[in-house]
Amino acid sequence: MAALLEVKGLKAFYAKTQVLYDIGFDLAEGGITTLLGANGAGKTTTLRALCNMVRTEGSVRFDGKEIAGQPTEEIVRQRIAHVPEGRGTFTTLTVEENLRIAAYTRKDKQAVKVELDRVFAYFPRLKERLQQQAGTLSGGEQQMLAIARALMLKPRLMLLDEPSFGLAPLIVVEIFKILKRINQEEKVSILLVEQNAALALNLADYAYVLETGRVVMADRADVVKNDENIRKSYLGY
Amino acid sequence: MEQLLEQLASGLANGAIYACVALALVMIYVSTDHLNFAQGEMAMFSTYISWQLMNWGLNFWVAFVLAVLASFVLGVLIERIILRPLHGAPVLSVVVVFIGLLAICNSMAGAIWSYLIKEYPSPFPKSTFGFAGVIGPHQLGVVLVTLVVLGLLFLFFRYTPLGLAMRAAAQNPQMARLVGVRVDWMLALGWGLAAAVGAVAGIMVAHIVYLDPNMMGGILLYAFASALIGGIGNPGGAVVGGFIVGVLENMVAYAGNQIEKATGVYIIGNGEKLTVALIIVIFVLTVKPAGLFGRVVVKRV
Repeated sequence: MAALLEVKGLKAFYAKTQVLYDIGFDLAEGGITTLLGANGAGKTTTLRALCNMVRTEGSVRFDGKEIAGQPTEEIVRQRIAHVPEGRGTFTTLTVEENLRIAAYTRKDKQAVKVELDRVFAYFPRLKERLQQQAGTLSGGEQQMLAIARALMLKPRLMLLDEPSFGLAPLIVVEIFKILKRINQEEKVSILLVEQNAALALNLADYAYVLETGRVVMADRADVVKNDENIRKSYLGY
Repeated sequence: MEQLLEQLASGLANGAIYACVALALVMIYVSTDHLNFAQGEMAMFSTYISWQLMNWGLNFWVAFVLAVLASFVLGVLIERIILRPLHGAPVLSVVVVFIGLLAICNSMAGAIWSYLIKEYPSPFPKSTFGFAGVIGPHQLGVVLVTLVVLGLLFLFFRYTPLGLAMRAAAQNPQMARLVGVRVDWMLALGWGLAAAVGAVAGIMVAHIVYLDPNMMGGILLYAFASALIGGIGNPGGAVVGGFIVGVLENMVAYAGNQIEKATGVYIIGNGEKLTVALIIVIFVLTVKPAGLFGRVVVKRV
């Protein structure tokens, strides 16, 4: 089976500083792939580079089509949903508006209602908070809203940047369960960036390990989990 | 008492104009963090367009609609052609461009239509009715027209998907891109709408201040004051601020007249109302720097 996302020779720069050197990886359709690495390894930048949010060189093929160099909004319109780091919600808009904005690009306005109900099935808590300003939600709820909004785009691929960031462990477990369900029930492929390597490796089927802007290891998640170096550096036992 | 009501009414009419221009300023400010110093001159130019159309024999309201549409298109073009290359440029460069734009609008209007002051008709019937003596027909018309325009804008931003997309783009452009909103076009549309609202203000006020290339100078100052009082990032606040400033300046003049009448001492009058109004604005901002309805923006460092 051809890969859904093929990345080759991806480089990224902040102003003149090069942050990614020749990143390459494939992402299988329907799976969950995780990018691991220490702080500053380039995980977030890789996700940002895929959506052309930083200056990027190299090739990114989505479903066989080259998308590198296209404007962010056009990449998103090909149904790649990016949930950025730090709860990317529109804080001054209501929960409902946050969800509706994602349906803005869709032609079939009638389907939006159906779509909302589908999303509430995963996040019933958001339904109770529809008219509340997103900025007044708790951290966990904001993260849920960000994922819910990504779902409204009916994505084929979801890029998730540190969904566990700053959240209570119980909430994190809840969110990761939902991610698993989304992956299986909605057939959404997921590329997950996580600090919490143990968590990520339990969820993912495939893992890439980054170090200072390069891929240093690529293997099935269970293999990576049992690798001695990985265990020592990232899992801490 | 009647004089007080009269002053109040004319304050509301002026306030409606300030509210429109202030809203135009805020619309651009919230999406770009820049204050468009040329907003007033753009409105003046739009007013000349409507005058020209009427001169060619068109009915006032037809000329009004066409001029507002033309202003919308001009606003979009100005953003796409002049400001687009300045994305990410230092603030000062943008300020200089705005001032250049101001000078260009002003001198182009002067070159095309001359600097001679022109009379500008009022579209409203001269009939007298219930409030006669308190509020003139033109003033009442101005208040009504601006309220309708402001109401339409509110409905647009609050209830349409495009309005929602524009608010999202203004609040967080990066995030808006990530939900597929074409942020660059939203900015251009914002400029278009701001220019259109400014045009409404210019056309409505021209009958009162007469038509000349410098007609909007003072009004822009009041509009800045209104936007600041309301909280520069808050469209609703700007509108309320406009009415506050409009009424306030007239109340200042009225109080001055009353004092003079009672004591024979001239302290303040019509000539000083701008000064006093601005002093009050400064006072408000000293006490509440974010404006009456503004949110204090806390930045993480």
